[in-house]
Amino acid sequence: MCTLEKRGNVYILTLTGNDEHRLNPTLLDSIRSALRRLRSEPTSPSSVLITTAHGKFFSNGYDLSWARSTTSQSITSSRYMMMSSKMRGLASDLISLPMPTIAAITGHASAAGMAFALCHDYVIMRRDRGFLYMSELDIGLVVPAWFVALLECKIGNPKARRDVVLTAAKLTAEMAVEKGIVDKVGGSAEETVEAAVRLGEEMFKRKWDGQVYAKNRMVVMGKVLDELGFDGTVEEENGKGIGSKL
Amino acid sequence: MCTLEKRGNVYILTLTGNDEHRLNPTLLDSIRSALRRLRSEPTSPSSVLITTAHGKFFSNGYDLSWARSTTSQSITSSRYRMMSSKLRGLVSDLISLPMPTIAAITGHASAGGMVFALSHDYVIMRRDRGFLYMSELDIGLVVPAWFVALLECKIGSPKARRDMVLKAAKLTAEMAVGKGIVDMVGGNAEETVEAAVRLGEEMFKRKWDGQVYAKNRMVILGKVLDKLGFDETVEEENGKGNRSKL
Repeated sequence: MCTLEKRGNVYILTLTGNDEHRLNPTLLDSIRSALRRLRSEPTSPSSVLITTAHGKFFSNGYDLSWARSTTSQSITSSRYMMMSSKMRGLASDLISLPMPTIAAITGHASAAGMAFALCHDYVIMRRDRGFLYMSELDIGLVVPAWFVALLECKIGNPKARRDVVLTAAKLTAEMAVEKGIVDKVGGSAEETVEAAVRLGEEMFKRKWDGQVYAKNRMVVMGKVLDELGFDGTVEEENGKGIGSKL
Repeated sequence: MCTLEKRGNVYILTLTGNDEHRLNPTLLDSIRSALRRLRSEPTSPSSVLITTAHGKFFSNGYDLSWARSTTSQSITSSRYRMMSSKLRGLVSDLISLPMPTIAAITGHASAGGMVFALSHDYVIMRRDRGFLYMSELDIGLVVPAWFVALLECKIGSPKARRDMVLKAAKLTAEMAVGKGIVDMVGGNAEETVEAAVRLGEEMFKRKWDGQVYAKNRMVILGKVLDKLGFDETVEEENGKGNRSKL
């Protein structure tokens, strides 16, 4: 599902396999487990995490077909709640990770998959393939407030945010760089990862304390952390699941 | 420590001396006292305040070595709290000042010193010397939430904010103008102050009511005012000093 390797002074987390890397509980647990292993490494001087993926997809979002592969509305409802909860836990893990993070996007990143990418401090995207795409509007879903908090934290231009959510824009790397969503465009998949490794090695030389880095990041992203406790698209205020919203 | 003079229709507050203009209680009190004198002037038509400094530094931030020049951890802790409290009071004074404010940055502005500069409505920076620099990450400190609230108010680009806090970027005036942090680049120190005076005289001609100006500014900077009451890097919620965070 995912592997964690060290290359020089940086770590590379890879979503393996040629599938859509749908964020189902298994993959979410697997990624979070890798991040837990990372946390037990020494944090000073801080290393750097690069997240990337094999195949045509970085991640195509929640595993909606798994959630719906049951005749019981309440089981579907609880599956959405579980994926949302684990995804928010993953976002929290990334935001509190004691090292800089770089997403090396080598394929499509849609919906929760795009949110996952944007939870990283730096985003490098391959030039020739793949879209960033908030698909929700096109497939009849509503983005949760925490997605928007994340977009506001990462995308400064209100028109760009509107285009992402309210036109379900499909952005190539060049379009994304222009809108300030992505930091840099890499060539092929391999070159994108290499660019991420180079950036990571540069940051390693700064010899930051990882705990200090994490605390500063948590202040900068405080508004996102504030929203991670609840997802109004999968549950009511009283904790009841919402059958019909997803 | 600082002087206040009138030049034409504008006031110039100068941090005097060739030192780092560290924001210790003495300097902070001195600046706030000058602002209080300013408030007792007629506010309609509104004048304009220009803040500048002598020497290589605009301000290099809190006086950390003064805070640490004691063997008692609790005295160090209370010194941090005192400087934080006085700087937050100074920022509150600037935000409620009944006249437009211009920072004429003629040297390095780091950490608390950069925040002091950004608390002004306009920032003009000399081209040939000096950096804007959020040094905290490099020296093992965590920025308080109110710093971030100010950055969010003044710097629109999330990547620029990230680079300031999470990369401890050192920005020349040209880089700062490119990122939308600084309004204008002046030539040398003298030309920078002159540019500020010209801008100030233009604004004086608008004949604004200073109280009305201040109230409008307080609405715009409302999110900063909301955070000025507490600095979590120097105290716990119950008012106790936080010895280990600085």
